[in-house]
Amino acid sequence: MSGGHDEHGHHHREPESVLSLRVRALESLLVEKKLVSSEAVDRIVSAYEQDIGPHNGAKVVARAWVDPAYRARLLADGTAAIEELGFGGVDLQVVENTPGVHNMVVCTLCSCYPHALIGLPPVWYKSFEYRSRAVREPRVVLREFGVDLPESTEIRIWDSSAELRYLVLPERPAGTERLNEADLAKLVTRDAMIGVAVVKPPAGASH
Amino acid sequence: MDPLPSREIADMSGAAALPRKNGELVFNEAWQGRIFGMTVAMSHEACFAWREFQAHLIEEIAHAEREGESTSYYERWLQAFEQLLTDKGLIDTDTLAERTRDLQSGRRDDVF
Repeated sequence: MSGGHDEHGHHHREPESVLSLRVRALESLLVEKKLVSSEAVDRIVSAYEQDIGPHNGAKVVARAWVDPAYRARLLADGTAAIEELGFGGVDLQVVENTPGVHNMVVCTLCSCYPHALIGLPPVWYKSFEYRSRAVREPRVVLREFGVDLPESTEIRIWDSSAELRYLVLPERPAGTERLNEADLAKLVTRDAMIGVAVVKPPAGASH
Repeated sequence: MDPLPSREIADMSGAAALPRKNGELVFNEAWQGRIFGMTVAMSHEACFAWREFQAHLIEEIAHAEREGESTSYYERWLQAFEQLLTDKGLIDTDTLAERTRDLQSGRRDDVF
C-alpha cells in the first residue's frame, strides 16, 4: 500500500482489498471474543438479501400455479393463505390475472404496499405520477412498462390502503409445464405482482 | 433462529438508508455483506441498540460529506461500526490493526 498510513483508518479512501482485510480482521476478533458467530452473520445476510425482496411473494404465486386448491384458498382469503406459507402481518387480497382481465395495484393516497411479500416499494410506485396516472390512464401506463394489452382486455385497478393490500396473481407463462415450484418462483418478478409486467417464460421455452 | 429482518434496520431513511436496487439490498463486495451482518448480529445480541449504531452512521456520513470524501456507503458504515465498538470498549484499534496485518501477511488464516 502507499506510504501515508492513517493509524485508525479514519476518513481515508482505501483500496477494496484493504477494506476486505480489515472487515475479515474485525470478524476474526469478534468471533474470537464470542460477540458474533460467522454462522449468524451468514444467516442474517441471507435473510436480508432474500426476505426483503419479491421472493416471498414469488413463492406464493408459484404455489398457486402448481396447486389449484391453494390457488382457490389464496383467492378466497389471501391473508390466511399466505400465513400457511409462513408469511403474514398484512391483510391481503389476491387478484388473479386471466386472459380477459389484467389487474394492477396502486396506492393513490400514499404508498401502501405488501412489504412482507415483495419487499420495499420501488421509487416509481411512490411517485405522484404513477399514483395519479395508474387510475386515469392505466392502459397508457402499462404500455410504458412494456405491457401492451389488447383493447378487449379489461383492466382493473386496486387501490391499496393501510387496512388492505393487494397482490396480483400473474398468469403462468406458456411453456413452463415442466418447471417445478422453485423454478417457477424464479420467474415471478416484483413488477408482475404489482401488475405492471407479465411473467415471461424462461429463455428457451417454447410458447 | 434469528429474528426476521427488522423494519427498523431495513427502513432506515435519509442518508443512512441502505443502498438498494429494485427494493433489494445491494452488496457490491462480499465484505459489505459481512460488515452489515456483523452489525445486525451484534444488535440482536444486545451489544448495542440499533439506534446507537444508526446515530454513529449518520454522524459518520455527515462528517464524510462535510470533508468532501468520496468514500462509499459501506466504508462509512465500517468506520461507524469500528467507532461504536471502540467507544464501547469491545475492540481496540491496535489489536484490530495487528490482526489486519496478520491476515495480510498470511501469519494468520481466517478463523471462519
